Amino acid sequence: MFSFEFMQNAYLAGTLIAIVSGMMGVFVVARNMPFMTHTLSEIGFAGAAFGIFIGWTPLNGMLAFTTVSSIMVGELSGAVESRRESVISAISGLFIGLGILFLSLSRKNASYATNILFGSVIGISRQDVIQMAALSILVLVVLLLIFRNLKDDSFDAIGSQTNHIHRNLISIIFLIMLAFSVSVAAQIVGSLLIFVLLTLPASSAKYFAHTVLRMMSLAILFALFGVWVGLYLGYLTNWPVTFFIASIEAIIYGISLFYNFIRSKSE
Amino acid sequence: MSETLISVENLSLSFPNHPVFSDLSFQVNRGDFLGVIGENGIGKTTLVRVILGQLHPGVGKVIIKQGIRIGYVPQFRNVDVEYPLSIKDFVALNFTGLKLPWLSKKERARVNQVIKQVGLEQIANRPLGLASGGEKQKAYLAQALINHPDLLILDESTASLDPNTKKELLDVVFRLNKTMGLTIFFVSHDMQMIHEYPDHYLWLQKGKYESGPIADLHNENKEGQYV
Repeated sequence: MFSFEFMQNAYLAGTLIAIVSGMMGVFVVARNMPFMTHTLSEIGFAGAAFGIFIGWTPLNGMLAFTTVSSIMVGELSGAVESRRESVISAISGLFIGLGILFLSLSRKNASYATNILFGSVIGISRQDVIQMAALSILVLVVLLLIFRNLKDDSFDAIGSQTNHIHRNLISIIFLIMLAFSVSVAAQIVGSLLIFVLLTLPASSAKYFAHTVLRMMSLAILFALFGVWVGLYLGYLTNWPVTFFIASIEAIIYGISLFYNFIRSKSE
Repeated sequence: MSETLISVENLSLSFPNHPVFSDLSFQVNRGDFLGVIGENGIGKTTLVRVILGQLHPGVGKVIIKQGIRIGYVPQFRNVDVEYPLSIKDFVALNFTGLKLPWLSKKERARVNQVIKQVGLEQIANRPLGLASGGEKQKAYLAQALINHPDLLILDESTASLDPNTKKELLDVVFRLNKTMGLTIFFVSHDMQMIHEYPDHYLWLQKGKYESGPIADLHNENKEGQYV
């Protein structure tokens, strides 16, 4: 299997993505941002299509769109909850529409859209892997630097108000890192299924681990397991890798909910 | 003369169409246990926010002694049953700054120390979300203590607790005040608790206030409780 360069690339990229998603996911879940992340990823779809339209790589188009919009979307987290959902629907709809427009204008065939929306293993070049590695390392270094303040802000938003941790700055840095992570993760699972890596592993981990560092480790493990096994099963069966990763992560999440149910019954 | 940590002089503050304080003056000295009482909505939390520097005083002066550390336990918290962090990890959240993610040996020792001070060592590794109301308040207290504060502000920390748990929590605070000289700014609408623990009181009322040693607090209100 590893004699094919595209499988090597896929495993390298998948491993990076799993690590970044596992770490970021813990904060995405703590900050209650799964839907925000999903919206960012749909904006990324439009970005990827725009990239293709003007002759960039889809990853670069995605990065441009998600980074610029991450701050704009982040402003919404302060909005009234009932309105927030509606605004998110509007933004998602608008950007998916734009994505379809750009694809149509670029006269690429429909498989391009499928690749961006649902992910693709074959499309990842060595060049992409290097860029993804650079982005992943950047995200990890920034996370390491702001870790304690981000942790305080994410897990105790009210208590952290008096801690002089520059909450607004932390929030903006986090959103930009989220934009990078979304763009990178979408290369494998696709922009429609960003939940699968950026939310599910961290949501599962919180039922088994009770410190941020342990939750991260476990979320990375769950994500790695899904990506590695998913790629292997995809290779064996020729079925879409995204299907396998999504199913594995959903099953892990189901098991953790069941575990939590049993535990709460026994107490 | 003892050292003054907070000095409020002629503070007047109002929101649009809603005066909060007028001409409020009081002092908090090191080692005081001040009980701040008043009906809901009278401006107790607003006063806390002014002291914390989150709200600018309109008229008057609020002088906080330079360099003192303030530990603050807010009235509300986003902690539901799904909240995943252990009590230990929650307490350690207040170790902020641009440092490595994992705690140093000294920091770990400090976490254990404050957890012991509030009496949560038995359940320190359990998720905070599964703790009882009283245990949660003790965890919040431990978190506020972690950076060695000079002054501890408790905003309605006992409001949702049953009488026994209330007493248990305030016994811990009282001990910190008496044995370590920690200055306490205890905000409550529970007249009975104010009579029992603080040595001074500040009673905010509509457009006026009363303050002084706790012995001067009107006895006829002893059993009264604001809702």
